[in-house]
Amino acid sequence: MHNGRAMTTETEPAAAAIARAPSHRPSSWGLGDGRAVPWEYAPAPESRDIVRLKDRYGLFIDGREVQAADGERFASVDPATEEVLAEVARATPADIDKAVRAARRAQRTRWGSLSGRARAKYLFRIARVLQERSREFAVLESMDTGKPIKESRDVDIPLVSAHFWYYAGWADKLEYAFPGRVARPLGVAAQIIPWNFPLLMLAWKIAPALAAGNTVVLKPASTTPLSALFFADVCREADLPPGVVNIVPGPAAIGTYLVSHPGIDKVAFTGSTEVGRIIARSVAGTDKALTLELGGKAANIVFEDAALDQAIEGIVNGIYFNQGEVCCAGSRLLVQESIADLLIDKLKDRLSTLRVGDPLDKNTDVGAINSRAQLEKITELVASGVAEGADLYQPACDLPERGYFFRPTLFTNVAQSHRIAREEIFGPVLSVLTFRTPDEAVEKANNTPYGLSAGIWTEKGSRILAMAQKMKAGVVWANTFNKFDPTSPFGGYKESGYGREGGLPGLHAYVRLEDR
Amino acid sequence: MATNGRARVAVRKTYKLYIGGAFARSESGRSYPIAAADGTPLANACRASKKDLRDAVRAARGAFEGWSSRTAMNRGQILYRVAELMEGRREQFIAEVEAAEGLSAPRAAIVVERAIDRWVWYAGWADKIGQVLGSSNPVAAPYFNFTIPEPTGVVGMVAPETSSLLGLVSRLAPAVVSGNSVVVLASEARPLPAMSLTEVLATSDVPGGVINVLTGRRSELVPVLAAHVDVDALDLWGVPDDMRMAVELAAADDIKRLSRRPTGVREARFDWLDDAASERPEWIAAFLEMKTVWHPIGV
Repeated sequence: MHNGRAMTTETEPAAAAIARAPSHRPSSWGLGDGRAVPWEYAPAPESRDIVRLKDRYGLFIDGREVQAADGERFASVDPATEEVLAEVARATPADIDKAVRAARRAQRTRWGSLSGRARAKYLFRIARVLQERSREFAVLESMDTGKPIKESRDVDIPLVSAHFWYYAGWADKLEYAFPGRVARPLGVAAQIIPWNFPLLMLAWKIAPALAAGNTVVLKPASTTPLSALFFADVCREADLPPGVVNIVPGPAAIGTYLVSHPGIDKVAFTGSTEVGRIIARSVAGTDKALTLELGGKAANIVFEDAALDQAIEGIVNGIYFNQGEVCCAGSRLLVQESIADLLIDKLKDRLSTLRVGDPLDKNTDVGAINSRAQLEKITELVASGVAEGADLYQPACDLPERGYFFRPTLFTNVAQSHRIAREEIFGPVLSVLTFRTPDEAVEKANNTPYGLSAGIWTEKGSRILAMAQKMKAGVVWANTFNKFDPTSPFGGYKESGYGREGGLPGLHAYVRLEDR
Repeated sequence: MATNGRARVAVRKTYKLYIGGAFARSESGRSYPIAAADGTPLANACRASKKDLRDAVRAARGAFEGWSSRTAMNRGQILYRVAELMEGRREQFIAEVEAAEGLSAPRAAIVVERAIDRWVWYAGWADKIGQVLGSSNPVAAPYFNFTIPEPTGVVGMVAPETSSLLGLVSRLAPAVVSGNSVVVLASEARPLPAMSLTEVLATSDVPGGVINVLTGRRSELVPVLAAHVDVDALDLWGVPDDMRMAVELAAADDIKRLSRRPTGVREARFDWLDDAASERPEWIAAFLEMKTVWHPIGV
């Protein structure tokens, strides 16, 4: 990246470079000489050939691929091209009934009575197969979600495998996980996952559930069902007993039917707070266990003593990673007033170097928005930011003619009352606010009903710990952002949900503790 | 209470609410009669209003930051202090539990002693729960990653209806030991031991507002507690079965954490004298949030 920049500046006359510079390009590169630098990259597309897509996919119930009871299907679209990738069976209530029965049977007759050692081996097998097929899954995930291949390849898929690996090792060590108590499986888990990290969310849900001896019925998001259906194939490859994992794509309504089903014991949901409320209501008055991982509006707090260039990278990663379609995205930047102008200049410079486009291109930083509906939501919220008086900045990058794309967006002069500072946008849109004192930063950071994550940038260790302590957030990143690991519990405070995924707390969410 | 001229006329106690460290009557001016298990009238208890409940939540919110930022050792000592002071008023509690629950005196003594001991058991957890539930996590990257439990915030608690003192203490101690503040609805029919407990709390260094105790009608107060947006979590132990659905629906609106009675446990049947069943670190964990912090490792 840095080599590329040096080469172009040296080989091209400055005037020509300026002529081709986008209109929004800020004048400063930190050099103060007003030189703009053209950024050109030869396309470096990852081949799609490794993914062999069928025209049609069924549901995965009781170890077999079956069509929906009414034969209905829906299309899964590549958001970067708007082309249909495949048609997928749309689960009906009858299919859900069948899947829940299959899961129950498998839990009672096979999986629940299997030794922990045996369960562990199946999970290790799954982890291994996922590693072996990692490139295929990375490409597929980028095709179905629109996320850049470098993210699916370097973040999503390695974490997916790592998650199965981590929980595999717990399956035969449950007696050490909860001292003095016996951990029993809850039974059948209904799991509903979002479209931003389809396979990773599947792994977060299925791995701990299976390790503890539960069986699952999982509904992937309706815009991104494909990697879950490919995962069904991984289950078969691992010879996982039929019915242990069932996958039932469909619309939101079928998810509601699933979580309301009397035949399940546990509900795990990742998605919006709005839907989380509906799910909490549907579980009310029952004995079902519930964990919710919901929305966020994280503050990313930069103090004046922060290592500024690192902070810039962290801010960019915090909000433009996965097009900002991340529940824990650092969507509210809180900058200490003394460095705000400098930081915003640097940030604008950095934004103009982000490459937006083909998710399958290995150079791409920001891919496609997952769906037309999401693109419209982002567009609407950005318009509200302009209407409410915040200052909009977007780098002048070319967007592909087809597909759902949105420019990396930055708002300055944002008030806490603005919708863009309060509502989860789930897109590449950063709102910049300022603060003077640490107390003010804490006050503003916590001034939200959400509480999923927070970022802190400062070189002062004691300040990091003091700020981390005061954040009402389940995950705090100090001098980093958007890091994940299977051993590291993840989940929210307040209206960002309850329960944790990852680590020992993630296992706790799938067991009932009994007396020895 | 014979009045044969020479006998002293006893000074009877007016039972009040306990809000923000102060003993207040209900702003509504209402009360309801409390009878002993054998039907003998005992006293009038305040019948708290929605306004009283909101005042109590405000007091709890105000006390949360101070209480949760006390050192764990300090909170442990304060809970232990509650046990010390209860021990000193042992006879009073025995008499009240005896009357409220219709127990024999020896049986009531066992109940009270167990309540005292329960404070001691939970007090000791204050500086240990973080070590048992917290962790440093071996992430596959150069970061120091640790997880610590923190108190959830304001807990709305519907106390066990049958076990007026021991049940209450068994639910209260695990919620406050980690730094939560609590608004408790005492047993509706047997509220007097709970109100005497507040006298102990008031003199045992538990900061005002950390534990607020209301008496009154569950049918009136529980829905308000469940819907209050400044209540972060609910302890549903004493919620009657026929109210549970409505309470959980209301709690869903702001994603409140719920601590339900375990499946199959009947409120009136639970044996609070069973230490193994009533002394559970999970009951502390029910009102905790796990916070994970990532810090880079580098020179």
